[in-house]
Amino acid sequence: MAVDTFHYDNKIVRNFGIAAMAFGIIGFLVGLIIALKLIYPDFLGFIPELSYGRLRPLHTNAVIFAFAGNAIFYGVYYSLPRLCKAPMWSSTLSQIHFWGWQFIILSAVLTLPFGITTSKEYAELEWPIDIAITIIWVIFGINMIMTILKRREKHLYVAIWFYIATFVTVAVLHVVNSFEVPATMLKSYSLYAGVQDALVQWWYGHNAVAFFLTTPFLGIMYYFIPKAANRPIFSYRLSIVHFWSLIFIYIWAGPHHLLYTSLPGWAQALGTVFSLMLIAPSWGGMLNGLLTLRGAWDKVREDPVLKFLVVGVTAYGMVTFEGPMLSIANVNAIAHYSDYIIGHVHNGALLWNGGLTFAMLYYITPKIYKTKLHSVKLANIHFWFATMGAIFYVIPMYWGGITQSLMWKQFTAEGFLQYPNFLETVVQIIPMYALRAFGGSLFIVGALFGVYNIWKTAMSGTLVADEEAQAPAVIDPTDGHEEKWHRRLEGRPLKFTVLVLVVILIGGIVEYMPTALIDSNIPTIESVKPYTPLEVAGRDIYIAEGCNNCHSQMIRPFRSETERYGEYSKAGEFVYDHPHLWGSKRTGPDLHRIGGKYPDSWHLRHMYDPNSTSPGSIMPAYTWLLKKDTDVESIPNKINALRAVGVPYVEGYEKIAVRDFKAQAERIADGLRENGFGEVEGIEINSEKEIIALIAYLQRLGTDISGNNDPFSGLPSDSRMGANVKEN
Amino acid sequence: MGVIILLIAFSLLVALTFLGAFFWAVKSGQFDDPETPSMRMLFDDKPISQKNKTLTNKTD
Repeated sequence: MAVDTFHYDNKIVRNFGIAAMAFGIIGFLVGLIIALKLIYPDFLGFIPELSYGRLRPLHTNAVIFAFAGNAIFYGVYYSLPRLCKAPMWSSTLSQIHFWGWQFIILSAVLTLPFGITTSKEYAELEWPIDIAITIIWVIFGINMIMTILKRREKHLYVAIWFYIATFVTVAVLHVVNSFEVPATMLKSYSLYAGVQDALVQWWYGHNAVAFFLTTPFLGIMYYFIPKAANRPIFSYRLSIVHFWSLIFIYIWAGPHHLLYTSLPGWAQALGTVFSLMLIAPSWGGMLNGLLTLRGAWDKVREDPVLKFLVVGVTAYGMVTFEGPMLSIANVNAIAHYSDYIIGHVHNGALLWNGGLTFAMLYYITPKIYKTKLHSVKLANIHFWFATMGAIFYVIPMYWGGITQSLMWKQFTAEGFLQYPNFLETVVQIIPMYALRAFGGSLFIVGALFGVYNIWKTAMSGTLVADEEAQAPAVIDPTDGHEEKWHRRLEGRPLKFTVLVLVVILIGGIVEYMPTALIDSNIPTIESVKPYTPLEVAGRDIYIAEGCNNCHSQMIRPFRSETERYGEYSKAGEFVYDHPHLWGSKRTGPDLHRIGGKYPDSWHLRHMYDPNSTSPGSIMPAYTWLLKKDTDVESIPNKINALRAVGVPYVEGYEKIAVRDFKAQAERIADGLRENGFGEVEGIEINSEKEIIALIAYLQRLGTDISGNNDPFSGLPSDSRMGANVKEN
Repeated sequence: MGVIILLIAFSLLVALTFLGAFFWAVKSGQFDDPETPSMRMLFDDKPISQKNKTLTNKTD
């Protein structure tokens, strides 16, 4: 029997491990900073680049794509070659993948804090970076698939199936959700609007959790639990059923993020049904992992790797129980928009993704450095810090979330809201925010112990950069009579037809859908009009500052919400919202009907010093909005881009849009001046400032439905016989 | 809601891809043996020279 000798590349594994640890610590620290900002709004001062709304996307992106992302690649580059008994197909592609991914992370750091964001959750990065992500992801995929094709082991172990599903699905999700039309080099508008954009976003958002934070980690679980316990998985048969059922169900569950919103009811019901079904495969997989340890629990007592794995898989079980429960409408009505969801995701992120990542680090590092773990004791200390940290994080969030949500909904015996002032419900849960910051700190301290331990372990050994391995060579049955791939395909007419159909289908969708989407955006509410140029600029400031991270724009049809905020939101009101800004969390009140609720001067004072209008508010001050000038140059490009995605501005409007912009800004600035707000503490408020554009946008929000105001009336374009927007 | 057609089409595309993969896997015998693959993954193939060492020296 012929035996092949080959080498596993441990260096690339090591690199991904270092990147996961480094970005993990950074991502956790950014999380701690924003947690502290919810207790002390003036923590670190009011610096634009460090404001809550800009740092929150940086935290989520760092933890998901930099920490968990590098951890996934760490696990895949270690386990895949060993399962295939073949080195990674191309070390050049491995290198491009590694550096490309780190470059993408760097570009996130260089854009998000500077207000360059699309506002779509977990897809905040702007269009040039979206393209880079696609390229690097495909490079990873090619490298992986080619390794699988060149394997020396005929059978594909279940972990590999999970890796393949991760690659295929994330690629599709990312591409579909990122259809956008650039206005400038760093600004784009989503192709979809309103309800449609929300649906695409949460189809993506939910599956990002499913196929980025779940399936790859399940593959990791199926490799590292048996390895660490040195016993086979409880049931291989179950693992196969687990895989296929999970991936077929997961992709339909997205609408559970949009229960009680303006999404059509049948789509919401579809999301609920599939989410409930998900509990079966999820728990099947969780139990399969845990039961692998039957008869080996004594090892769990000693081995930190197994400890992290067990707690991680248990957390996965808890989170996948919560998920389906939260998808039931009645439960969702209470939990949605509250901190409960923050607790839910951190249960998964800290223990499932974090736990499995540290388990891998503790398992792989001694192996590739041919040494022993520096200190088992320190690893155990890390384990307890991580577990206690997660408990101190999650429980206060559950508690605070339910408390606040019930306060929102509480009526007095006379039928009035018990807590009409939103701020009362915020102040109530600040102690919970403090406990959460404490829990998060514990987790970070533990992680620092972990990093130190890993580093000392690495120092005590030497990296086996190219690990020698041998396996029986595969005998290729097609050896001797070579056929070109196309020739083989031709011999299989059925398969060929199917492939052609798939290609045509993709082409057809890409060709047809944009037009169909734009046509289907014809407003169902006649009084809903596009935004004026000044409002567009204001909306872009709202997006850049990340207001949507704390404020929703979606009033659900509950009496408690219509009493508090006004008429519930209708799907037809969002047809010009590219992208939608419904939000997913109410740290502050909903803003959909904020327009006209307060005078312009209130907004000015509130932005400059939130405590002056709302004593005790934890909103940061946005003093720079009074000082910075609005970007006027890009207005024509923005009008063109918005027209391209379907907003009915008339041809040529971009040429006169700036005039409208200036006229409306003057009107607002004059109004402020008349009321004695020409200057605030020595800062002159003129029509060029960002605050003016933001006020214009906020005052427009949710007002169209009343049907008695034309946003363009009195603007220069209006006197040219309405040379602004097309009538429907 | 035209977008739901897009999402269903892409979701179906993904699902059909996996269905195809599933049929391939069954047909090519990936699931014929539901026992040994779980054991086999526990054994890493070390070079034969090292294997002999571990046979004589059980402290690995």
